[in-house]
Amino acid sequence: MKKMLLTGSAVGIALAMMTAPVFADEDADLLINGEIEITVRTDAPPHMENVDTIYSGWVFRSTETQALEMDDFENPGMIFVDDAIEAWETVEGTEGKSCADCHGDPDGMAGVRATYPKWNEDAEEVRTIAMQVNGCRTEQMGAEAWKYDGGDMLNMEALLASVSRGIPVNVAIDGPAQSMWEKGKEIYYTRFGQLDLSCANCHEDNYGNYIRADHLSQGQINAFPTYRLKNAQLNGVQSRFKGCIRDTRGETFAVGSEEFIALELYVASRGNGLSVEGPSVRN
Amino acid sequence: MKRIMTLACIATMASAAFAETAPDDVAFTQYGELEQSLSGQPGDPEAGKAIMVARGKGNCIACHQVTALEEFPFHGNVGPSLDGIGSRRSAAELRGIIVNAKMTFEGTIMPAFYRVSDFTRPGDAFTGKAADGPLSPLLTAQEIEDVVAYLQTLQD
Repeated sequence: MKKMLLTGSAVGIALAMMTAPVFADEDADLLINGEIEITVRTDAPPHMENVDTIYSGWVFRSTETQALEMDDFENPGMIFVDDAIEAWETVEGTEGKSCADCHGDPDGMAGVRATYPKWNEDAEEVRTIAMQVNGCRTEQMGAEAWKYDGGDMLNMEALLASVSRGIPVNVAIDGPAQSMWEKGKEIYYTRFGQLDLSCANCHEDNYGNYIRADHLSQGQINAFPTYRLKNAQLNGVQSRFKGCIRDTRGETFAVGSEEFIALELYVASRGNGLSVEGPSVRN
Repeated sequence: MKRIMTLACIATMASAAFAETAPDDVAFTQYGELEQSLSGQPGDPEAGKAIMVARGKGNCIACHQVTALEEFPFHGNVGPSLDGIGSRRSAAELRGIIVNAKMTFEGTIMPAFYRVSDFTRPGDAFTGKAADGPLSPLLTAQEIEDVVAYLQTLQD
């Protein structure tokens, strides 16, 4: 009997390996450097109608990939944070200022990343954190804007995320941001391309399932920018959106477009309660 | 001249003989079935098997587990297992589901493999750019017949 049970479980494991090539420890907890507690699963915010619990993409990754994010010396994304610290202290533009001249130490920016995208009263627009960085550069420093999702910008986004790690995402969806949020929600549920897929089809209806060897996450963006082992560089949220719509055999929107700003606001709000986690490591 | 006439004649005969149904002309029953072969020809189950596992073709195992295809890793689980599907579904049902599964299962995630219109922002394959001219279906009429023929071999 015991032998039969063992054989049965061996078959079960073999079957599981057929369908689940990369084991993920979905119950693991994330503690970075032995001290920064990251909330990787929590109750969904009230505005989410179809999901009870929200999960960071970290829980869907393999044990090996998960481990890379638990120690800054193992996390390749942290190299780019060092580059951004240098940029933070560098004077640029006609006003002779660096980021540090106004903002002081990067640690003083703790909590900022958690609230973006957010409404900017002066500009009367919803700004992503990238737009706000460029706002500082062009309006305060008299410097050139950085390319959206380009290397300099992603490095700076990684620095701003890193000093907010552990702080819960808390994006406002009401007030002047509400119309953009509604627009983003509509895009989230629109089926695009010849494969006729919405964000929700994969990331709300099928998270935890596999498409071939790809373990579907909830598509949360609390952990961006993310260092992908696949392309060995930091990746921006909107570039990831672009890749997803491309994969529906659809015509994408442009990085920095109003559609993607709206979608970023909406998707960020689906992660309200998860911790800021970037720069993260993903496959 | 005579030769040209002959060729034209053969071409006409060929199209009449194979009587392929274009994607926009497919007529479903009220339950989403399609009774007639799309190509006018029977399917080849061996060719269908190759289409089932090819990433650039049907890639059916991306979402469906099939024990008979275990030699080809990895199988997804977004859709139901197809084990024994040939015992549970008729050829007409299978054809209808592959052509446009939404006619059988409203709101399903499954893409339509023989449909070329009524999409939102259709792209030029996987380039991310806008479609350049009319779309081609994901599978040809004969490829769909081949997959239907393969699925009918999956018996309980």
